[in-house]
Amino acid sequence: MEWLVAIAISVITAVGVYLVLSRRTFSVVMGLVMLTYATNLFLFSSGRLAVNQPDIVTDPAAPHADPVPQALVLTAIVISFGMTALILVLAVRGYFESGNDEVDLLGPEEEIARGRT
Amino acid sequence: MSHWLILPILIPAIVAPLLALAMRNDLVLARVFSVGSMVWLVLLGMYQVGVACDGEIRTYELGGWPSPFGIVLVLDRLSALMLLLNAILGLCVLLYAINGCDQRGAHFHSLFQFQIMGINGAFLTGDLFNLFVFFEILLIASYGLMVHAGGSARVRAGIQYVVVNLVGSSLFLLALGMIYSSTGTLNMAEFARQAPLVGPEHQTVFYTGTALMFVVFGIKSALVPLQFWLPGTYANTSGPVAALFAILSKVGAYAIIRVCLLAFGESAGEAAFFIGPWLIPAAAATLILGMIGVVASRSLAQQASFAALASIGTLFLAIGTFTPQAQTAGLYYLLHSTLALATLFLLVDAVVIRRTGFGDALVPAPKFKHVGLIASMYFLAAIAILGLPPLSGFVGKLLVLEALTSNSNWGWLWGTILATSVMGLVGFAYSGSLVFWKSGEFTEELQIELAGVADSGIKSSKVDHSGKSISAGIVLPMVAISCLLGTLVLLTIFSGLVLRYLDATSQQLYSPEQYLTAVLGEGERPVPIVTAGDH
Repeated sequence: MEWLVAIAISVITAVGVYLVLSRRTFSVVMGLVMLTYATNLFLFSSGRLAVNQPDIVTDPAAPHADPVPQALVLTAIVISFGMTALILVLAVRGYFESGNDEVDLLGPEEEIARGRT
Repeated sequence: MSHWLILPILIPAIVAPLLALAMRNDLVLARVFSVGSMVWLVLLGMYQVGVACDGEIRTYELGGWPSPFGIVLVLDRLSALMLLLNAILGLCVLLYAINGCDQRGAHFHSLFQFQIMGINGAFLTGDLFNLFVFFEILLIASYGLMVHAGGSARVRAGIQYVVVNLVGSSLFLLALGMIYSSTGTLNMAEFARQAPLVGPEHQTVFYTGTALMFVVFGIKSALVPLQFWLPGTYANTSGPVAALFAILSKVGAYAIIRVCLLAFGESAGEAAFFIGPWLIPAAAATLILGMIGVVASRSLAQQASFAALASIGTLFLAIGTFTPQAQTAGLYYLLHSTLALATLFLLVDAVVIRRTGFGDALVPAPKFKHVGLIASMYFLAAIAILGLPPLSGFVGKLLVLEALTSNSNWGWLWGTILATSVMGLVGFAYSGSLVFWKSGEFTEELQIELAGVADSGIKSSKVDHSGKSISAGIVLPMVAISCLLGTLVLLTIFSGLVLRYLDATSQQLYSPEQYLTAVLGEGERPVPIVTAGDH
């Protein structure tokens, strides 16, 4: 169980990091989505993985699922959802404003126009 | 329990949606409400600083849930001071923005209030996850403000800013997950109590998480090597927004001070101030890089952004030394540099809207309106930011230099600070004389020559893209800038008074037991929440 979750988190993180480092905004946004998925899974597992256990503790010694990380993950999901929507809007607007979807601050033609090369 | 403690969050939280929903078509009403909210916050900040003066730490348990189970807000000397700083800065910037910047896009005032709310919340909260939430609030508002009024360069820089901060948020969540799994709490005070009790089998996770959290705070405060987002963001956004952002990087500095002194203070044994040896070289590199940027800049806004970076370097040299004296120096420099940078950014904006066609690019241009007034103010702001006498920058830098003597490498650090100050002086002297002084020597030949250059596209990124003509009033913006300069003068004249307050603040920060008792109560010996059995 732990191994499965750990491998899943690491693979999703690796994909996310790879995509975030790309040149085009769309891949970067996808990378960010992947990263937030991995983060949420990680946060969820920080309360220890427990299957089929109650999350309301009557006897502290009995096995139980920790409810706090679940609440944290809910908050994190809502925030990352909002942020993803926002960056998508920004990316689209950036595309229409500048005509391409490069992440770099200045495209090569702008560099030339500015007389830097 | 005194409910006024939560007002710095509640006032903007109520005003902001009102502005967005009820007043989006009525600019005058929106301005009145926005300014009104900021005036209240300034008064409240003064009251809170006055209250915090007695040295007692006040807490507010949200929903009446006892800490460490519920979220707790904590007001001590440091929080009160930061709230007041934020309110004063916000009010001055807002007064400036009323000049026309707020017309160029929708919802400026609403975003502004949300930004203030997020910053205030980050200063007040006593819970790590709540700190994350307030970071997100201030960030999402800052995303909106950053791209306010648009333009392709600004939107591009905005995308970079958002991406960097979203990655930062993910890292913060990862760090919080590790901290929770190894200490079993996210309440700052409880975290501080649990930190020494973490068992050896959880040590790795604990220190990875904590270090990751400090990395995130480093991203927020733009320390080298995590500074990449800052120059592009500050230089490409509009002047008032950049001025407000001057406090944004200080939120990261605040978080580092708070968490480090609370949980990794002198009582932490081996782990005491473990980030210190990392902070000092990073701060020195930030300072050097910032000042190189100041010399190499090609526009005023870029120069101000790199000056912001350099001031962060100086600030962290003081904070990273980790002595009460250095803490006092750092806090004084924090106050000074925030206000001085805001002044500088506002003045850059005042230049941009008047220098038609040239923006803030460092090229000779014809004389523009009010050049004398703006030039003299710019001169004062540059003096302040560089740390030349007689303004507060000098006092701040002197205090930092004095505090650094406790460091074994103080010779190198002194050399760095002094040499970079000279570099900054050269950079600002060059830009100031080019933009203000030489504007009179603008001859016809030069004009023809420049027309050729202008055709090939030498344009500042800050040339107004909206196409709307701006009703460039002079009175209100200059009042706003004069207020900021006035606070710098006050900070210099009453430096004795301010330093007494800051000294007491450092003492309070260096005796974290008081904070822990205020939040958690006396309590018996703490027991570890996460035990060896938990895997």
